[in-house]
Amino acid sequence: MITEKPNITYIENLAAGSKDFKQQLIDIMKKEFPQERTVFIHNYKSNKLLDAADNVHKLKHKIGMFGFEDGYQVAVDFENELKGEKNSLYSEFMLILDAIEDFLKTL
Amino acid sequence: MNSIIIDDEQTARVIIQQLCTHAEDLTVVKDFPNAIQAIKFLNQNDIDLIFLDIHMPDFTGFDFIQTLKNPPKIILTTSDRNFAAEAFEYECIVDYLVKPITLPRFLKAIQKAESFSPSEAVIPETTTPIANTNDENDLYINIDRRLIKIDIPSIYLVEAKGDYITLKTDTKNYTVHSTLKKIEEKLPDDLFLKIHRSYVINVKKIIDIEDNSVLIAKDVIPVSRSNRPELMKRLNLL
Repeated sequence: MITEKPNITYIENLAAGSKDFKQQLIDIMKKEFPQERTVFIHNYKSNKLLDAADNVHKLKHKIGMFGFEDGYQVAVDFENELKGEKNSLYSEFMLILDAIEDFLKTL
Repeated sequence: MNSIIIDDEQTARVIIQQLCTHAEDLTVVKDFPNAIQAIKFLNQNDIDLIFLDIHMPDFTGFDFIQTLKNPPKIILTTSDRNFAAEAFEYECIVDYLVKPITLPRFLKAIQKAESFSPSEAVIPETTTPIANTNDENDLYINIDRRLIKIDIPSIYLVEAKGDYITLKTDTKNYTVHSTLKKIEEKLPDDLFLKIHRSYVINVKKIIDIEDNSVLIAKDVIPVSRSNRPELMKRLNLL
């Protein structure tokens, strides 16, 4: 269960009024995020947990960019869990990824 | 200041470029998705500042720093707070930015870079891991900030010792800070085989096999029970 919702406050602050930059960044994330998500799921389901931890590490950046604070900490904890070959936070982490994926479709 | 950006994530590179537009006298000359491309560029161009991601596949930011003879100023960018202590062991490192990077924090780092003069911190003389390469027969290892080329078929044995591995070749041995798993990914499957949790061998270099050991050059290497079937499969038995 996650209570946070993604937002683009960080992206708008970064863009500082530049619609072109905002759109450029959103377009890149629309391309990059699903790829990173797919690679993570593949590695996780192949039981390559250390590789999956690397993928979570990379995904953390976008989770932070979309304003998740508790979600960011879940990602930090999940990355550490995977390095220790544990996975109790998988479902919670997937909810965050799903929320971002759905949100990106609205942008 | 002329700068470059090294980060395997395109989103991060674009964000840093955007942040740089807010800093006076700062130009992004080029950006790179990996450190190897940047090394080639730095061999031919003078740069004042590098924005460097730590966590990259194959060749990390720290590996990269140790290849530089005269490193320019470096601002590390990372999603991991845990490397801060290690980062400041390098005299060239100006600041350490945790992603997502905000504009005020970024500008503070640029201010630091403008007035930065290297401290007397010592660049570690340690050896570090392995770089990827364009030639499939070459492997580059990083020793004392030099990338040394090794001809892969000349390697007959890789031995893991704690956090280090030793690569034994026909002419010389090299010890680098890396893991067996990491080097296995760099070696061709048709030539190399893991025969024990601490050993990978070049199967072409086997002299003989006796019970649970292999003689390779002058080294007798144990073969674990679980790896023995794969080894036997690879042999051209009469």
